[in-house]
Amino acid sequence: MNNIVASSATFGVVISILGYFIGLQIKAKTKLAICNPLLISIIIVMVVLKVTGIKYSAYRISGQYLSYLLTPATVSLAIPLYQQLHRLKKNWVGISVGLVSGALASMATVLVLSVLFRLSHEDYVTMLPKSITTAIGMGVSEELGGIVTITVAVIIVTGILGNVLADSICKLFRITDPVAKGLAIGASSHAIGTARAMEMGEIEGAMSSLAIVVSGLLTVVGASFFAMLY
Amino acid sequence: MRYMKQFGIILAVTCVGDFLNYALPLPIPGSIYGLVIMLVLLITGVIKIYQVKDSAEFLIDIMPMMFIPAAVGLLVAWGELKPVLLPVLFITIASTIVVMAVTGRVSQAVMRLRKRETSKTDAIISAEYAKKRLEDVDE
Repeated sequence: MNNIVASSATFGVVISILGYFIGLQIKAKTKLAICNPLLISIIIVMVVLKVTGIKYSAYRISGQYLSYLLTPATVSLAIPLYQQLHRLKKNWVGISVGLVSGALASMATVLVLSVLFRLSHEDYVTMLPKSITTAIGMGVSEELGGIVTITVAVIIVTGILGNVLADSICKLFRITDPVAKGLAIGASSHAIGTARAMEMGEIEGAMSSLAIVVSGLLTVVGASFFAMLY
Repeated sequence: MRYMKQFGIILAVTCVGDFLNYALPLPIPGSIYGLVIMLVLLITGVIKIYQVKDSAEFLIDIMPMMFIPAAVGLLVAWGELKPVLLPVLFITIASTIVVMAVTGRVSQAVMRLRKRETSKTDAIISAEYAKKRLEDVDE
């Protein structure tokens, strides 16, 4: 089974797309936030691999072609951002203050909770870059001496949480302004959250893209300082 | 050909981003360099928006699916994650909610404050203007 799957250049893509469309169907039927198509597709693929005994490495051989598109897709986020540039100029003070507070809040929360849970320094710095985009987060974690595989896992879980919870959290905290919504989603849950922000609207999507870049860079600068605190 | 040409431009910018990531000793991925370069090229007019728009929109549209393979990889990371699972999960959930709430509330509050201030100064300016006009009329 593993050999057949590993020999295919398409299996991983096909099963992922199939899982996603089943997710879309379930979402359309139930209209529940928890029935998020991304979450459902991940679970479907995991179950299929477990049940059939296909190894992740075999699925990954063809599945990686989907991941390959992630870099050009992230570059493409410049286009909606460019179209909303006037909004960025008009609100730049609120946007900067919001994003700096967000990055500080992220690292401060991790610091406080790590102290409370008495985590080791290694585990603490592993968690520090959890809110930013995977590629930057990996670099930060590695530089600070964290466990990169756990950092990646935590970043992905954070993104999925943000993607699934975005609507409820914005409603709960009465974040109604589309610019603020986009910033909140991008700052907390990077590109995976941005995928949801894009579905909410053009402004949300553009601001979320902006937040990925700015929060990522702020965390690169801030994390080495925070790493010294505990 | 239109789509492939647009995709080609996006890939070319991505490629420059990858090279920068290799050349510069910073923990910044090629995708972020690429995003910033693309934005600068659009602002300076080197690339026109219609030259990349359709392919970019397609890529953004299917972006959620691109995370599936990495997320399924959690199956493999499970062994390392298990011993620290509870605190790590708690911190992850709590900080995601905190960051979203703080970023959203703070930016919303500052934007509203500034909007109110500018409309206040606008009101003062127009009130003064009206007064002055009245005085002009009196004279």
